[in-house]
Amino acid sequence: MSANAGHGAPQGTPRGRTANWIERRLPVFSTMEHFSQYPTPKNLNYWWNFGSIAGFVLVAMIVTGIVLAMHYTPHVDHAFNSVERIMRDVNYGWLIRYLHANGGAMFFLVVYIHLFRGLYYGSYKAPREIIWWLGIIILLLMMATAFMGYVLPWGQMSFWAAKVITNLFSAIPWVGESITTWLWGGFTVDNPTLNRFFSLHYLLPFVIVGVVVLHIAALHTVKSGNPLGVEAKTPKDTIPFHPYYTVKDLFGLGVFMLVWAFFVFYAPNFMGHPDNYIPADSLATPAHIVPEWYFLPYYAILRAFTADFFMYWPISWLITAKFAGVIAMFGSLLILFLMPWLDTSEVRSSRFRPIYKIFFWVFVIDTIILGYVGANAPDEVAHIALLGLFDFSTGLTWLTIGEITTFWYFFHFIILVPVIGRMERPRPLPHSISEPVLGGGAVGGGAAAQSRPGPMEKA
Amino acid sequence: MAADDQAAHGTEGSDEHSRRDFLYIATGAFTAFGAAAVAWPLLDTLNPAADTLAASTVDVDLAPIKPGQRITVKYRGSPVFIDRRSKVQIEEARKVPLKDLQDPETDEARVHKGKDEWLVIVGVCTHLGCIPLGQTPGSKRGEFGGWFCPCHGSHYDTSGRIRKGPAPTNLPVPDYRFTSDTRIRLGEKPKEDTKAGS
Repeated sequence: MSANAGHGAPQGTPRGRTANWIERRLPVFSTMEHFSQYPTPKNLNYWWNFGSIAGFVLVAMIVTGIVLAMHYTPHVDHAFNSVERIMRDVNYGWLIRYLHANGGAMFFLVVYIHLFRGLYYGSYKAPREIIWWLGIIILLLMMATAFMGYVLPWGQMSFWAAKVITNLFSAIPWVGESITTWLWGGFTVDNPTLNRFFSLHYLLPFVIVGVVVLHIAALHTVKSGNPLGVEAKTPKDTIPFHPYYTVKDLFGLGVFMLVWAFFVFYAPNFMGHPDNYIPADSLATPAHIVPEWYFLPYYAILRAFTADFFMYWPISWLITAKFAGVIAMFGSLLILFLMPWLDTSEVRSSRFRPIYKIFFWVFVIDTIILGYVGANAPDEVAHIALLGLFDFSTGLTWLTIGEITTFWYFFHFIILVPVIGRMERPRPLPHSISEPVLGGGAVGGGAAAQSRPGPMEKA
Repeated sequence: MAADDQAAHGTEGSDEHSRRDFLYIATGAFTAFGAAAVAWPLLDTLNPAADTLAASTVDVDLAPIKPGQRITVKYRGSPVFIDRRSKVQIEEARKVPLKDLQDPETDEARVHKGKDEWLVIVGVCTHLGCIPLGQTPGSKRGEFGGWFCPCHGSHYDTSGRIRKGPAPTNLPVPDYRFTSDTRIRLGEKPKEDTKAGS
């Protein structure tokens, strides 16, 4: 993993005899030096903070989660009460639980920003494809972990989330029923289900840690990208990670923790649902069940597939609309794996891609609308309202809007991304990271100067 | 080491090669078989355990149920809807042409012979597993007078068949048999000839 050339032999900063003794047997010190000296492009902006913030949240979730597990009972008769006991009786239990519950949502917020940053700056392009794929695997593992964690308090939303999500697998032809029975360990979501979800919810975060190590190892092999999308060419283009980016990351982390603390201390249930404070009842579904906000766009895609949806027609002879919805929902994530091939443009950064940049933001808006659709009842007419300032009816049901935005989601990846990559004429790229800062660039100096934001570049 | 050997033997002819390949493949196959033999018990522990499977019959007394009344009983962790249907409801279910159904099935095939008023179905929406509304007086029964699933808007008729919405199939009829005129046992197959249609 270490990029340093030497083995045990003293090199770089001088060390004492003990340090050398250890270093020859386990390269602790050279590894630390590798991380502190890691040559980082000097023009990273604040969008590059979110990787390290995500790493911090992962550790914080594991720490709070281990403490919670010491007080939690994974049994259908005791789970709900043990969570309430954590809230009322365990010392600082309320704090640890609210940190953990809101931390899950914060983790997704950070990772989604990290992912969109990757899409905007072309972080999936050669030679960083494997970093990108590992990142998607981390996201999938996070979703599984978050879902199973949400089930553990065994409230009404917990139970029905478990029921609905496990039922997705029943859509698989022939083997669906056996798979759901296998997932449940019974004939419905019950105690065996809760037990295994607890076991896996404890396991998966450590699997995520493993994939994160690979994600970082791959990153340090090919080195970080940057907002200009041109590779660092000379030592002049980079600065050591420590202290320059440790301090920048710590600042960003501080701002992030203010947001997290705001939710924990002032609005701890803002992102939750009141129904989850009702113990699970297997005989009554809550009137309105919706997933947590970070799953809403996928939920909207799932529901968009009804018998009348035009994207379903071509395959209606082959599979049920339900199964098509399930495939589309998972496909909406898996399609990200194909980005290195779908994006045909040679230019990484959207800063130099005037057309793609517009459609990138259209896509961001599309996913946000999908989230709104997922939160609303499909049959209702969509109203757009803001604090009583205005309220107008779109005249379309949420289902119709969901169908349009679902179509756009796939249209963006399958049609727009490859076609724009071929047809678009990118702006001229600077020759190096230093050029736009120091001037002296003959080619494209003017164009590059237009797009010169970021505090680091002024440094 | 292995690479050296292969390089050394490679020139001597293909005999040595194929014997070594056979050993590699045999070892690999044996390991794969062993891994599968260990993996299966691990995976099978997740299937329903013996005690879960054992708790599989429930007796229900139908005598107190009045015409037009619906009751819910818990069977295998899920609700079972028992509906003592009125003549009108039965009529309504039977006059629908099969071609109008998303999952064609006659009403006669969904009840026991001579017990037309008793509809017994698993009350779990076949879309994603929510419990449809319609069991209590005044609750929403959907456009076809049967049941309505609030989660994603599936409408079922008075025979529990899917008529509108995303659910792919009808509400399933569980295995049950009449142990007397007013009692049923859920979880046991009916004797031959009492179950009509199928």
